[in-house]
Amino acid sequence: MGLFAQTVVDAIDTPEVEWKMMAPLLVLAVGAIVLITITSVVPRTRRGGFPAAFTITTAAVAGWFLKVVWSGLGDHAETYGIWRRQWIVADALMIDGFTIFVWGVILLSVFLCGGLLDSYLRREGFDGPEWYTLMMISAVGGMLLAAAHDLILIFLAVEILSIAVYVLAGLHLRRSDSQEAAFKYFILGALASAFLLYGIALVYGATGTTHLVDIFMYRSTNAAGLSPLTNSSMMLAGMAMIMIGFAFKISAVPFHVWTPDVYQGAPTPITAFMASAVKAAAFAGLFRIMWEGFTYYVDDWRPVLSALAIASLVVGSFLALAQTNVKRMLAYSSIVHAGFILIAVYAVPGVTGIGGDDPSRLGIEAFLFYLLAYTLMTIGTFGVLTAAGGVDDANHELADYRGLSKSQPVLAGLMAVLLFAQAGIPFTAGFVAKFRVIAAAAANEAYILGAVAMLAAVVSAVLYLRIVVTMFLVGDELVAHAVTDTDDDAATDGVADETASNDHLGEASTPFGQVYTPKPLLLAVMLAAFGTIVLGVFPQLVEPILTDAADSLSTLRQR
Amino acid sequence: MIASTLLAAETTADVAFGTLPSLILVPLLTAAVIMLLPASRADYVKLAALIGSVITGAISIYVLWHFDVADPGFQFTAQREWISSLGLSWFLGIDGISLFLVVLTGILFPIAILTTEPHHDPKPYHVWIMLLMAGSMGAFLALDLLLFFLFFEVVLVPMYFLIGGWGHGNRVYAAMKFFLYTMAASALMLVGIVSLVFLAAGDTGGATFNVIELAENHQLSTLASTLVFLSFALAFAVKVPVFPVHTWLPDAHTEAPTAGSVILAGVMLKLGTYGMLRFGVYLFPEVVFDLGWIFMTLGVIGIVYGAAVATMQKDLKRLVAYSSVAHMGFIVLGIFALNSQGMTGAVVQMVNHGITTGALFILVGWIYERRHTREIAALGGLQKSAPLMAGVFTLVMLSSVGLPGLNGFVGEFLILLGTFSAARWWAVVAVSGVILAALYMLWAYQRTFHGPAVGENATMEDMRLSELFGILPLLVLIVFLGVYPKPMLDRIEPSVDALIEHVEERVTDFYEPEPNEVERVGVTGLIEAAEHGESGGEGEEDH
Repeated sequence: MGLFAQTVVDAIDTPEVEWKMMAPLLVLAVGAIVLITITSVVPRTRRGGFPAAFTITTAAVAGWFLKVVWSGLGDHAETYGIWRRQWIVADALMIDGFTIFVWGVILLSVFLCGGLLDSYLRREGFDGPEWYTLMMISAVGGMLLAAAHDLILIFLAVEILSIAVYVLAGLHLRRSDSQEAAFKYFILGALASAFLLYGIALVYGATGTTHLVDIFMYRSTNAAGLSPLTNSSMMLAGMAMIMIGFAFKISAVPFHVWTPDVYQGAPTPITAFMASAVKAAAFAGLFRIMWEGFTYYVDDWRPVLSALAIASLVVGSFLALAQTNVKRMLAYSSIVHAGFILIAVYAVPGVTGIGGDDPSRLGIEAFLFYLLAYTLMTIGTFGVLTAAGGVDDANHELADYRGLSKSQPVLAGLMAVLLFAQAGIPFTAGFVAKFRVIAAAAANEAYILGAVAMLAAVVSAVLYLRIVVTMFLVGDELVAHAVTDTDDDAATDGVADETASNDHLGEASTPFGQVYTPKPLLLAVMLAAFGTIVLGVFPQLVEPILTDAADSLSTLRQR
Repeated sequence: MIASTLLAAETTADVAFGTLPSLILVPLLTAAVIMLLPASRADYVKLAALIGSVITGAISIYVLWHFDVADPGFQFTAQREWISSLGLSWFLGIDGISLFLVVLTGILFPIAILTTEPHHDPKPYHVWIMLLMAGSMGAFLALDLLLFFLFFEVVLVPMYFLIGGWGHGNRVYAAMKFFLYTMAASALMLVGIVSLVFLAAGDTGGATFNVIELAENHQLSTLASTLVFLSFALAFAVKVPVFPVHTWLPDAHTEAPTAGSVILAGVMLKLGTYGMLRFGVYLFPEVVFDLGWIFMTLGVIGIVYGAAVATMQKDLKRLVAYSSVAHMGFIVLGIFALNSQGMTGAVVQMVNHGITTGALFILVGWIYERRHTREIAALGGLQKSAPLMAGVFTLVMLSSVGLPGLNGFVGEFLILLGTFSAARWWAVVAVSGVILAALYMLWAYQRTFHGPAVGENATMEDMRLSELFGILPLLVLIVFLGVYPKPMLDRIEPSVDALIEHVEERVTDFYEPEPNEVERVGVTGLIEAAEHGESGGEGEEDH
C-alpha cells in the first residue's frame, strides 16, 4: 500500500503506537474506565461530587497533555523539516494543529458539561458515574474522529461517539421524553450510520482503499476512465452517502428532523454536550473527509454543501420562530449555527492575497474559531436552561422564563450575554465567529452564501430576543419563579452568598418551579459567558493558536 | 481584568494615543463602576454616571480645543493592531466632520442624565446609558470599517434595553421593532464590508479595513461598488431614517424614556447620516455621483412627508419624532448635493438637530412627568402656569423651525443653498418643508401653551431652577451657533472641501459648481454632467 507517510512503516504486523502523541485521548479513555472501576469497587463514591470532580480533572489533565503533544509535534517537525503534523498508528491517525484544536474544544466541552452534570444529577437524584463515563467515552470517540484518516476508523469513531450519547439521552429514567428522545436518536442515528457505512463501501469499491490520502491520491494518479476501478458514479454515490451520514450528525437541513425532539427530550446537560462536543467532532470529521479525501471532487460536493448550508440557515431560523419551547428554540438555533459552520467548510481555499500568505487559512480559522465560540455559547446557554428547567427538566416553555431577571438576576444576565452572543452582537465571540465565516465566504466569492447567512442571523435574532424579552421585559408583576433565596440583595450583590445557601438546601428544597443554581453549574456558565466576551473583545488571544492549527493542517498543503 | 489590561496598554502608549480611546474607555469604565455600586443607592449611581459622562464630555471639549483648524485630514489618530491576519485594527481619528458629532455626544449625554430620572431600577438604566455613550463615541471615531460596524451594531443593545425596560406604553413592541429593523438593515452591510475589503485587497496591498486606504486605492468595478454601496446605504437609510424605511422611528421615539429619545434623536440618528458621508461618499464617490438623485428625492419626500405627518399628530412626542424625519431629510439632501455648502450644511444640521430635538424631547418629557399625558388636546394654556417653560419652549421651537439668528437656520440655509446650485427643483420643494415646519411647530405650541388653562393645566408646576440649569447649555448653544457659527464652519469646511476634492479626483467628470455658476447648473446641468461622465468613463477604460 503506497501510503502517504513520513514515518517508516516496517513490515511488522502490529503497527508502532506513538503513545505520547495520543496522550490526551488515552487519558480520557483510561479516565472513563478508572472512574467506573473506582465507583464499582467503592460504592460510597457513587454519590456526591467525586465523579464530577474526577471527570473535570481528567479533562483538565488531558487538556494539559495537548500542550505536550503540540511541542512533540514541534520536535517531529524539526527532525523531518515539515509542518507540525505527524502520522501515527500506521497512518490511521493524523496529529496536527487541527486535531489538537478540535481535541481542545471537545475537552473544554467535557470540562464544562461536567460542571452542569454535577448540579443536574444532584437535583434529579441520580447516581453519577455512568453518566460521566459515557460522556468521556463519547468524547474519546469524538477525539478519534477529529484525527482519523481511515474511513473504517472514522466509522468506528462515529459509532463510539454516538452510541454513548444514545444511552446518555435516555438516562433520565423518570421522564418519558428522555426515553423517547433516546429511541428517536438511536433509530435515526443508526440510519445515518447505515448511510455512512454504505458510502464507505462504495468509495472503497471505486478506489480500492479506505484511507483518505489514498482516496485523494487515487484521483491524481489515475485519470478518470483509465483504470478499471475508476467508476466516477460509484465514487460520487459513495461520497453522497457519506455526506448524508454526516449531515445527520451535524443536523443539517433536511436531515435535522430528529434534532428538536432529541434536544428537547434529552437531559439538558446532555443536550449541551450533544450540541457542542458531538457536533464539533462530526464537523471535524466532515471537514477531514471533504478536504483531505474528496479534494478533487470539490466541484461536485461544494454545491451540495452550500445547498445544505442555505437550507439549514433558512429553515432553521424560520422554524425557530414558531417554537414556544426554549429547548426546541435553541435546537433550531443550533441548526442555524450548523449552516454557518457548513459555510466555513465550504469556504476553505480562498483567493490568493487574502488572509496573509496562505489563503486557505482564512476558512480553516473561521471553521475552528466557530467551533470554539459555538461550544462556549451553547454550553453556557444550555447551562442556564439546566438551572431554570427545574426538577425533571419540566419548565422549558417560554412562559416559564418570565421574570427570570427578577428572581435570578445573575443567571438571567449571563443568559442575556450568551443569547446576544449567539445572535452575533459585536464584542462577543459570536460576532467574531460570524464575521470570520462571512469573510471566508467573501474570500471565496460566495457572496450569496454570506448574504443568506447574515439574513438568517437576523431572523434567528428574533428568537434570542424573544427569550431576552421574556426574561427581562415581560411580566414585572408576574414572577413565575419563586426566589430560592428570599434575600433579594444577596441575589444581586453576591453570587457566592446565594449559591452557598442553595448548596445547603440541596435537592429537597427545590420543589417544582424553583430555580436551582448551585456553584459548579454557575461557575461553568460564568466561564462560558466570560470566555464569550473575552474572545469577542480580544479575538487576537487565540489568533496564534488558530494560525498554528491552520498552518499545520495538511489540507491543500504539501501534497 | 479586561479593563486593567486596556488601562495598562494605554499608560504605555503616548498621550496622543490616549485621547480618543479615552472617549470610549471612560464611559465604559463608568459603566463598570456603576455595576459595582449597590443598587439601593440611586443617588450614587446617578452621580457616578454624571461624573463619567461629564469627564467624557470634557475630553471631547479638549479635543475641540486642540483641533487644528488648518488640517483637513484626520487628527488625534490612534492605531492598535487587533486581528492582524485579517487586517483589522483599532484605528481611531477625528476630522472636521466627526469633531462636532463627538462634542455633541459629549454634551448631550450628561444633559440627558442630569435632566431625566428613570422611573425604576436606576442602576442598570445608567449602565446602559454609559454603554450607549461608549458605543456612540466609538462609532464616530472609528476609521476602521469593521470597527465602525461593530460600534454601529453594538449600540442597539443598550438602546433596546432602555426602550424595552424604561419606556412607556407599547415599549416591548417598539424595542423589538427598533432592534430588528436596524439589525436587518445592517446585516447585508457586513457582507458588503468584507466584499469591499477583499475585492480591493489587490489595490490596497493586502486586506485592510482602513477607511483611508480603501477610499484612496480601491478600484472596484461599477457593479461591485454599486452593490456594496447599496448594502451600506440600506443600513444607513434605516438608521437616519430615510422616508420609506422610517417606520420604526415614531414608535421607538415615542415609547422610549426621555433620555432614550434625546440620545436616539440627538446622537444615534446621526450615525446614519455620518455613515453616509464617511463611508458612502468617501468610499464610493462614483456611485454617489450616479445615484445621488435617488437619495435627494427620498430626502425631499422625507421633508415634506415628515412635516405633513407631524402636523396631524395628536401626541406631542410623536410630533417631535416626525419632525425628526423631516429634519433628517434635509441632512440627506445636503449630503447628496455633493457640494461644499450642502455638505457643510448637512454636518451643521446634524449637530443642530441634535441640540434642538434633544432639548425638545427633554421639554416634552418634563411636560409628561407633570401632566402624565402627551396628548396635545389635553394640554393647553400651560403658558399661564409655567411661563418659564413656555419661554424656553418658544426658543427651542423657533430654533427647530429655523428662525434666522438661531442655530437651526444656519444648517438649513446652507443645505438649501447647496441643493439649489446642484439640483434646483429639489431645493424648491424642500423649502416648503421649512414653511410646514413653522406650521406644525407653531400650531403645536399654540395648542399646548396658549388658550385657557383648564384643570391640571392651570396648576402645572413650572420649570425648576435645577432643570433650567440642566437645559441651559443647549439654550446657549442654540443662540451662540445661530449668531456666530463661524468657528464651527471654520472647522467643518476644510474637511468637507477635502472630501469634495476626493470626489473630484475619483469621478472624472464631476466638478463642484462655483457659486456664480449656479445659473448654468441646475437639473439640466447635472444631467449633462452625468451624460458627459458616462462617455468620459468609457474613454478611461479604453486606455
